[in-house]
Amino acid sequence: MTEPIVRYQNVHKSFGDVEVLKGIDLDIYPAEKIAIIGPSGSGKTTIIRMLMTLEEPTSGDIIVDGTNLWKMEKDEKMVKANEKHLRSVRGDIGMVFQHFNLFPHMTILENCMTAPIHVKGEDKKEVEQRSIEMLERVGLGDKIHNYPSQLSGGQKQRVAMARALVMRPKIMLFDEVTSALDPELVGEVLEVIRDIAKNDDMAMVLVTHEMDFALDIADKVLFLDEGVIAEQGTASDIIEHSQNERLQEFLSRFRA
Amino acid sequence: MNPIMDIAPQLARGLSITLTILVASALFAYLMAFIAGLCSLSKNILIRKITGLYVEIFRGTSLIVQLFWLVYAIPILFGLSLASNWVIGVMAIGLNYGAYLSEVVRSSILAVAPGQFEAAIALNMSSFQRMRLVIFPQAVRMMLPEFGNYTIQMLKGTALVSLIGLNDVLYFGNILRSSNLSYGPLIYIMVLVFYFILALPLIFLTRKAEKVAKKGVASS
Amino acid sequence: MNTNYWSWDRLTEAFPFVLEGIGMTIAVTFATFLFALIFGFVWLFLRRIPNRSLNWFVTWIMEFIRSTPPLVQLFFLYFAWPVIPYVGVTLSAFTCAVVGLGIHFSTYIGEIYRSGIESVEKGQWEAATALNFSIRDKWLKIILPQAIPPTIPMLGNYFIILFKEVPITSTIGVQGILYMANTFGARNWAYIEALTIVGLILLALSYPSALCIRKLEVKMNTRFNNNANKKTNKGVTSQ
Repeated sequence: MTEPIVRYQNVHKSFGDVEVLKGIDLDIYPAEKIAIIGPSGSGKTTIIRMLMTLEEPTSGDIIVDGTNLWKMEKDEKMVKANEKHLRSVRGDIGMVFQHFNLFPHMTILENCMTAPIHVKGEDKKEVEQRSIEMLERVGLGDKIHNYPSQLSGGQKQRVAMARALVMRPKIMLFDEVTSALDPELVGEVLEVIRDIAKNDDMAMVLVTHEMDFALDIADKVLFLDEGVIAEQGTASDIIEHSQNERLQEFLSRFRA
Repeated sequence: MNPIMDIAPQLARGLSITLTILVASALFAYLMAFIAGLCSLSKNILIRKITGLYVEIFRGTSLIVQLFWLVYAIPILFGLSLASNWVIGVMAIGLNYGAYLSEVVRSSILAVAPGQFEAAIALNMSSFQRMRLVIFPQAVRMMLPEFGNYTIQMLKGTALVSLIGLNDVLYFGNILRSSNLSYGPLIYIMVLVFYFILALPLIFLTRKAEKVAKKGVASS
Repeated sequence: MNTNYWSWDRLTEAFPFVLEGIGMTIAVTFATFLFALIFGFVWLFLRRIPNRSLNWFVTWIMEFIRSTPPLVQLFFLYFAWPVIPYVGVTLSAFTCAVVGLGIHFSTYIGEIYRSGIESVEKGQWEAATALNFSIRDKWLKIILPQAIPPTIPMLGNYFIILFKEVPITSTIGVQGILYMANTFGARNWAYIEALTIVGLILLALSYPSALCIRKLEVKMNTRFNNNANKKTNKGVTSQ
């Protein structure tokens, strides 16, 4: 079997006195689609934010492609990773946020082009072409010169996905990407995610409240409850065979 | 003969000093603002403390006192008549408003929404790239109106250089008045009008900047 | 210019001399601020008159006063006012300082009042009308209690700014700390020490006050959670 691309090993995270994650062990394999579900406040978002280096684990290790993300070797000791180390490891990871976080001072095309050009040093012409293709793929080929403020929430989120995809990540993280959208705009965003899941071979981790959608596209579903992975398995395992009462209760509340 | 036509050219002789002082001190203040503003966000506590000291001293005292102080201090510190009064005027105004504007720079950078910072990390930008490509362009838009306002304040402040013997607009106004006492009211009104005309483009630019600042920024 | 060295002895000598001016500096500050607080209402009422051309005119008069050097405005009152036919009377330096700086700062104060009133949400006015309050009660019971508190830190800020502006009145002979320092300097050829004292006095009074205001600001912002502060705290600063 192939090696996992990401390994969480006994990862803990506290905010002040509150321990949100109490020992997470998780392997993510290349091209695997994982959905993380669970009640709000259970630490779902924190799991992927630590992988994106937006939050530092309190203890434990996150290994990306064989390299420890948050620790590095210095004078034969493992010390806290510096900015340079983080940059060298997180290059294959992309993320889409709940609140889009598009750059308001750039056009949509510029939003997509800026990182490949400045971060990866790629050729401008090539990046432009790729960005346009990606924006067309998410259905926004006619808006490339607009500014984010001129778009609807659903359109913004599709741009955010194109922006992340242009970087060609091996792992894509989706942090409650439909939670900030008006209900009628959710569908168009989910369609794009479904398209990516079907046609791209990157690993994907979705934190979401769209339960039916998550169960539909995920290879593996994690139920996070009170800081631990309380249950995991395929969608059918989760729906049909789980004995976990809290999971059953949670599912009955969220599924129609 | 129309007294206004007599007075105006006399006052205009001071325009070059008023304008050069304004331009030079404004540029100096902007430079100090960015240096001190960024230093106040430094991780190094020593740099932060030194910057804080500079800012609080210049904001906590008056421009006129700083101006006079520098006139006497610079010869002591750097030897006699090393700097002309023009340079001292520029230094005083620049250092004073640089301190005020550094707070504008600092608070604008902090006001950029944290999500912008996170998106830049998710695109694997270096800390320098995050600043240059994402945070700074938005922060600058937010700063513009305050930079406009403070530049108007600087224009007002330039009138003080007449007190250290520089031949600016107010200086020529004072000279004129001393030889035509009965024209005093008209002369000073005209001096005020001169300053107001210089301020007008700044007023309009500031209003425009307020509109720009509202667009293209994700602020928290 | 003169003595080109620093002397600690002269510094200690200068201290009591300069300090004699502090009473005047503070008196001018308070009197001017009071004047500006009252005159600020004049601008407020003038701008609330629903007449477009009057509004435009008043706005530009305020802009004119605000955008021109207070130093020139003081000179106008002190040196030129007395020779104006019919209305011209000689004004004392103190009066000139209070009226001149007072009018200058009133243009800022007027804006603060306005922002305070505008910070009260439209729904509050509508609610007051819906509850059939009289005009008097609407203002006293609904609008003002909400409009005034957020303006207090802003007014405090301008008080400090004004305090740092008051030293320019030494140019027309108000005998505050800067005037005393210049007098001491001229007598003893010791400007630098005397001016240092002035700076220290200003700093010692303004810095703690500024800290208090900042605290108050934070408190107000959390309590009233409005953004009136941001809107009108345009950079007026001391000169």
